[in-house]
Amino acid sequence: MNRLELRAVSKRFGETLANDAVSLTVAPGEIHAVLGENGAGKSTLMKIIYGAVQPDEGEIFWQGVPVTMANPATARRFGIGMVYQHFSLFETVSVLENIAVAMDGPFDLPALAVRVSDLGRRYGLEVDAHRLLHHLSVGERQRVEILRCLLQDPRLLILDEPTAVLTPQAARRLFEVLRTLAAGGCSILYISHKLDEIRELCDSATVLRAGRVVGSAQPRQASAAELARLMVGADVPTVARGRAAGAARPRLEVRDLSMPPQDPFGVTLRGVSLAVNPGEILGIAGVSGNGQSELLSVLCGEIPSAPECVLLNGEPVGHLGVAARRGRGLAFAPEERLGRGAVAGMTLEDNGLLTGHARGLVRGGLIRRRETARFARAIIDQFGVKCVGPAALAGSLSGGNLQKFVVGREVALAPGVLIVAQPTWGVDVAAAAYLRQRLIELSRSGAALLVVSEDLEELLQICDRIAVIHRGTLSAASPCAGTDVEQIGLLMAGSDAAAPFAA
Amino acid sequence: MLGVELEPRAAPLRFMRWGSPLLALALTLIASMPLLWTLGLDPLATWRIFFLEPLATLNGVSEWLLKASPLILIALGLTVGFRANVWNIGAEGMFTIGAICSGWLALHFGGAAPRWLLPAMMLAGILGGMAWAAIPAFLKTHANASEILVTLMLNYVAALLLAYLVNGPMQDPQGMNYPQTALFEPAAMLAPLAAGLRVNASIFITAAAVAAAWVLLERSFLGFQLRVGGSAPAAARYAGFRQPQLVWLSLLVSGATAGLAGMLEAAGPLGQLTPVISPGYGFTAIIVAFVGRLSPLGIVFGGLLMSLLYLGGEAVQMSLNVPSSLARSFQGLLLFFLLAADVLILYRIRLRRH
Repeated sequence: MNRLELRAVSKRFGETLANDAVSLTVAPGEIHAVLGENGAGKSTLMKIIYGAVQPDEGEIFWQGVPVTMANPATARRFGIGMVYQHFSLFETVSVLENIAVAMDGPFDLPALAVRVSDLGRRYGLEVDAHRLLHHLSVGERQRVEILRCLLQDPRLLILDEPTAVLTPQAARRLFEVLRTLAAGGCSILYISHKLDEIRELCDSATVLRAGRVVGSAQPRQASAAELARLMVGADVPTVARGRAAGAARPRLEVRDLSMPPQDPFGVTLRGVSLAVNPGEILGIAGVSGNGQSELLSVLCGEIPSAPECVLLNGEPVGHLGVAARRGRGLAFAPEERLGRGAVAGMTLEDNGLLTGHARGLVRGGLIRRRETARFARAIIDQFGVKCVGPAALAGSLSGGNLQKFVVGREVALAPGVLIVAQPTWGVDVAAAAYLRQRLIELSRSGAALLVVSEDLEELLQICDRIAVIHRGTLSAASPCAGTDVEQIGLLMAGSDAAAPFAA
Repeated sequence: MLGVELEPRAAPLRFMRWGSPLLALALTLIASMPLLWTLGLDPLATWRIFFLEPLATLNGVSEWLLKASPLILIALGLTVGFRANVWNIGAEGMFTIGAICSGWLALHFGGAAPRWLLPAMMLAGILGGMAWAAIPAFLKTHANASEILVTLMLNYVAALLLAYLVNGPMQDPQGMNYPQTALFEPAAMLAPLAAGLRVNASIFITAAAVAAAWVLLERSFLGFQLRVGGSAPAAARYAGFRQPQLVWLSLLVSGATAGLAGMLEAAGPLGQLTPVISPGYGFTAIIVAFVGRLSPLGIVFGGLLMSLLYLGGEAVQMSLNVPSSLARSFQGLLLFFLLAADVLILYRIRLRRH
């Protein structure tokens, strides 16, 4: 008997058909991949299974019995757990309280704390249960989400891009967790764009395109290229990387930056030094929560430092604010797309103006509406942002589409120095390849790029040199060519952060 | 079972920005019917007295504009702050200080009647309101003190200051010890637009302020920065907008308009200072700002509507002998339905079968 079966499930949002007669079966203990581009309808389908969205048509069978998933609480009672791509956690309370609100039964925080730390140790998902959630990085938040599901001993676990923020080793540990769970009879629905992962982990795969099932595959037998072609409907562009231009005077430099964190649970930066030359991409690898957000805040100017700690084009700018640094050719695409990189309640046109205002969009203090609309339209067209146009609200876009817009906007500013955090987080394969290609092109045209990412494969694909951050210390950068993933993974886990890792 | 769901729209419904106040007004009328029946009143006749009778005469229209003008002026200034999440609820106090400062000039120079007197009084009103607003701005930017509490409490300080002045230093020597100042000389007052009416040139000043506010809020980059600062402070920091400056700007602009409104009231219908110079304009303007969807043109309609509710309330009290709380129930119902109808701008209602 199937654990879960969907028969011809459809869901319409206004004009868009998010799911069109989707059928799917998951056997007990099966690890089932759901593949698809952004906007293919994966997230909607998962929300239907989890009861967060009601289907317009179709039937859901749980253990062979037709059921209505009226809401997530019903789904949880059946034994379905879900880790969302956009986390559903409360910012102002602790990790433990976040876990407690999702649990049925009486509140027993001390007992729960013990279970959380046991489970965390067992699965390598350690996180301090008493920290407030808003101090946690994206990666740490995901650990909380996964822990929260595991505590409920699920029969079906849905994971939306769970490894996006893990080290290779941690991802492998997670796979062990998932395999153990599956061996114990728990079924797993696994959404990911990392085709290699799916091939390594999943027993079967359902591929969605534009809301429809376009095929299913045995991932272990299929090649990554075959899977990608099925998903995209065409061959996937590969990223071409020319040679970096020879080193000149660094465009962006950090000299021996040490700084205590602004928030009590942050990371202290210790003696961070780096230099990015024009025409090259420097990557910073590391598990989130190791000082990346602190370093980025200092680099972009939100937190001032001693003037000579940060240099732009050789000039000390550590004391200057964000606007002054942007005026000197710095651009920045942050990790938090909604609320920081873009304002949810504003249109894409206004969100283009947010950082594009210095590029002729404002004259005499007044906004030039025709130019702002054109600027937003150009970003939408060039980066293939799926939306109703410049008047679309940023909050109505899917995560990947908004990411394309935010990164696209900063690239469109033609900056001398571009800092990007998690450039392709949640973006589909084809769009990610395109974004990466644009980043490489920008660097080859003479800009200096600093890319902070937890996706090691991405960094190895686009960077010229790579450094690893661990507990606020940055390793020396080494050329990407010929680096060993295992070695970087060990550095990310903190084995010897001070030494360069490539001979 | 049939359920009701709210579904987010892909883009905000433009039509509902204007449709929702109209819908709210219609719902207010419907919801007030049982109330009126209970009071033994005919709803249609009551509404006619409430909404139409006050505007039937030229004098009625004059009073309508005269009351709407300060409400609109103050609401415009408050909106600048509300868009930036700066909650100034101290317009009542800034209004009072504006009236005091301009009143002092009127009493000192009214006799000599220099030509610069009225412009100087306006400037004094504006500066007075701004000075009063600078206190919460300083405390907010330097000590992170909540502007809501500081502005609210300063209302009482201003009211007591006025009471002290009209009972002491500024009291009319020939006033038989009444707590009021001498009447302003004609040179220190705004002349009525026509004989027998009270409405004066203040409505043109308000109209100019509407235009200025429209440019600032809807067309200028500064207005955009205020909006970003209000809806996503992290995005404002990310983009490099200077938060403290936006706080200062928000409070100073609202102080200026409230202070100017105070001057226009003192030099207009009042013609002197008394212990109570505002029928709650500073607070009602907050409602006006929200009824007007924090947009300058909407505020004009909001101000006219609230002014009409004042007049209508008085009219039904006089003609039908009903309690004054009826008018306030109307205001409350209207605001309640407006907030509810606003949901439809961003969401659509869907009925579905479970």
